[in-house]
Amino acid sequence: MGKVFAFHGGIHPPENKKQSTRTPIRTAPLPKQLYLPLQQHIGMAASPLVNVGDRVLKGQMIAEPVGRISAALHAPTSGTIRSIGPHPVPHASGLESDCIVIESDGQDEWIEHPGLEDFTQLEPGALIEHIRRCGIAGMGGAGFPTDVKLHLGDDHIVNTLIINAAECEPYITADDMLMRERAHEILGGIRIISHLLKPSHIMIGIEDNKSHAIHTLESVLKGCDLNIDIRVVPTKYPSGGERQLIQLLTGLEVPSGRIPADIGIVCQNVGTTAAIYRAVHFGEPLISRIVTVTGDAVAQPQNLDALIGTPFADLLEAAHVYENKLYRLVMGGPMMGVTVEHDQIPVIKTTNCIIAATVDEMPPAPPEQPCIRCNMCEQVCPVTLLPQQLYWFAKGREFDKAKHHNLFDCIECGACAYVCPSSIPLVQYYRFAKSEIRTEEAEQRKADHARERFEARQARLEREQEEKEARRKARAEEAARAQQARKNGEVVATATAAAAEPAADINALKTAAAVARTKLKKAQKALEAARNSGEGDLQALEAAVQATQASSDQAQQALEKASTGSAPATATGADVKQLKTAAAVARTKLKKARDALKNAEDKGLEGLDKLRATVTTLEQKADEADKAYKDAEAAAGSAETPMSQPAPVDMKALKQQVSIMRTKLKKAEAALEEVEGDARTQAEQALEALRQRHTEADKAFKAAEQAQIAAAAAQGVDLKQLKIDAALARAAVTKLERALAKTEEAQERTSLEAELATARDKAEQLNQTLKQHEPA
Amino acid sequence: MTTVITAILILFGLAVVFGIILGYASIRFRVEGNPIVDQIDALLPQTQCGQCGYPGCRPYAEAIANGDAINKCPPGGQSTIEALADLLDVEAVPLDAEHGEEQAKTVAFIREDECIGCTKCIQACPVDAILGAAKQMHTVISSECTGCDLCVEPCPVDCIDMIPVETTIANWKWPAPAESRNLIATDRGRGALQQQEAH
Repeated sequence: MGKVFAFHGGIHPPENKKQSTRTPIRTAPLPKQLYLPLQQHIGMAASPLVNVGDRVLKGQMIAEPVGRISAALHAPTSGTIRSIGPHPVPHASGLESDCIVIESDGQDEWIEHPGLEDFTQLEPGALIEHIRRCGIAGMGGAGFPTDVKLHLGDDHIVNTLIINAAECEPYITADDMLMRERAHEILGGIRIISHLLKPSHIMIGIEDNKSHAIHTLESVLKGCDLNIDIRVVPTKYPSGGERQLIQLLTGLEVPSGRIPADIGIVCQNVGTTAAIYRAVHFGEPLISRIVTVTGDAVAQPQNLDALIGTPFADLLEAAHVYENKLYRLVMGGPMMGVTVEHDQIPVIKTTNCIIAATVDEMPPAPPEQPCIRCNMCEQVCPVTLLPQQLYWFAKGREFDKAKHHNLFDCIECGACAYVCPSSIPLVQYYRFAKSEIRTEEAEQRKADHARERFEARQARLEREQEEKEARRKARAEEAARAQQARKNGEVVATATAAAAEPAADINALKTAAAVARTKLKKAQKALEAARNSGEGDLQALEAAVQATQASSDQAQQALEKASTGSAPATATGADVKQLKTAAAVARTKLKKARDALKNAEDKGLEGLDKLRATVTTLEQKADEADKAYKDAEAAAGSAETPMSQPAPVDMKALKQQVSIMRTKLKKAEAALEEVEGDARTQAEQALEALRQRHTEADKAFKAAEQAQIAAAAAQGVDLKQLKIDAALARAAVTKLERALAKTEEAQERTSLEAELATARDKAEQLNQTLKQHEPA
Repeated sequence: MTTVITAILILFGLAVVFGIILGYASIRFRVEGNPIVDQIDALLPQTQCGQCGYPGCRPYAEAIANGDAINKCPPGGQSTIEALADLLDVEAVPLDAEHGEEQAKTVAFIREDECIGCTKCIQACPVDAILGAAKQMHTVISSECTGCDLCVEPCPVDCIDMIPVETTIANWKWPAPAESRNLIATDRGRGALQQQEAH
């Protein structure tokens, strides 16, 4: 026996353990239905592997772990999967959660479950995986998946293994009975854990009120090759808390916010140890556990070996509950357990005790009275916190301060509330504060996440905008360049002294004619110079000039011929656009000439006749050009019309037109308000005209729409479009209805109602068309 | 006389030296941006819903830093107002009803049969929590949704619902202990007894 240390505080509540240790562990009767919650611990819920209606055998895995912190789930007996869905689970909230419901067939037929022949030959990883596949989870408190704890040897140096057999909470005797009856299983489990973690020292911490269990353990450990110490600790609540037991056995304190492995210690519950033994040696997954059923409201308090998923009602029945005396049903111990409202809640891997209490045993909590600052809570706190300070902070919702006073180190043992003379439910306050802080932190995390996403989106939008801008700029530059190029081309064309003609050789001819003319001019100049100076061979020069003149004339003639020849060709060539431009140019020229003429006439300038003549010729030309254009257009039109389909009405354009009309009309109406007097009648007339046009356009649009709907209906092609239209119409109706419900002004209401009626009509119509054309 | 002049000169000299040091420090250790805006922004719920009248939480944070009221954020509710009041050392005021009321947390849900794939909600979502493409069904990634309901209005077929977040075991909170009965009459304040009688 080694030295035993002490921890601060602690209480000595009445033990109430004797009642349930009088009889040996009894196997609970097989329940008709088993409810297996998918999540029995922190971490991820298991994912179901079976479907409703499947037949499962005892020990078959029915849900597999998801992620690192998760435990597998096995069928506790053979039967059929009845359903997978919400069912009340053992949780303080009393809420429902997803459960697999198995209807047992009464045969309790095992699936093949080979154990490992020699686990020492196995790789540690494979052995841990086997334990994980067997769904072993901590059976003492939080139900933490055991395989995670067994991996601790990988990144921590574990020198001490502590087996928690303290079972300090009143009423509970499940571990006590296990040690009394199945000590060899516990030893087997310790061997496996010790093989995995290789600790130098193993300690079993047990309270001195379990002398029978201590005796059994000692006899089993006799001659054991492992370095195992049984450390008997004085009975004091909560010595079974992991950190408290570590302090009791080693004198070391686990630092706040750290785990025991950080100081080289791993703690396992005796129940878990036995479960590991059964999983490794017999391949039995964790499908049953020992549950203490006790309390004054049961006739035979005892420990039952119950299947996981057994409803509390079945266990209470097995222990002969007095229904009339039952006042309160508690899951867990009287200090840390929670009251449950429902007796169909199932046993899970961490359910160590069910207390059916009478009203005398657990009376309703007395009313909370003001804190008198007596400091008793501080004296019993095993974590050396300041309970009353935390109480004030929780009550005043000063959660930040509570956190700074190490609220999260509170193990919710209930010692402070037990000693409180004012019966303040202190633990409730701490639980409330903790969950508020957790929610706040979760919300903060979510808000930060949302901010990140929002900022990422903003950055993306900005980037897209910039890219768009850059593209737009590039396009504009391109267009500018193209324009420049076109302009240059035009200059060149005018330099060659004519508008571009379709035939290429005309251009060549033109150049030739121009060259000839230039040559002629040069020759003439030379002749002139010679004449003036009276020098050189005048005759030769004259001949040359004449020759040049002839060739120039020839070139000019050829050009003219080609031009006239190509002109009709162009007209028939259906280059309507060019003709249009030509006509426009002619008209502009004519206009300019006319302006010039008028100017000249006004000023009485000379050369009026000449100008007049120009104007007349221009007029003729313009008329010709116009005519040519119109002819060509007509020809082109007649050529095109028969080719194209009966033109689909351009709904969009029509709609746009209607809306433009409407805006115009509105503007005009607005303008009318301001105008007065004579101008008013005029404006009114204009308005009337506008209105007429608007109605016409509207009519045209509606007719087109009708036609379109009819056409679509007739062809029955665009069902999808029709559906969308119908949905849009319906949405419009609901929106209008909502708007109508909101508005209160009578005038607005009437207009809204009218709109609503039309919208309804439309929706109805569309719906009917849709119905007609929907495939039967 | 000389002592007075010496003292004045020394003080003047000190003033110049410190002035130079301070001037240098104000340039060298200049803080980029306004740090209070970041702190305010960290307290806002980041739903980006725009109910405060600003286009997002950060613009509102900037507005608060410039003296706007702190009670314009309905999604944050009273707790956010209190946190802001704490940070800015001003009086906590009740939520301004003009900008909406504090409501239970919701999450958007698209009735997928009715969605026509118009992408309007996708463009409206400030946190990119809606998935879909043109003419394809859209759906909300509920874990990313902030419940700002900005997607509801643009939907042409009205197929988006705001569903209150369900309480599950994962997000259940321990309730606050029932308000203690104050057995001592003086604890209840002077008017309490008379009020009880009146009722």
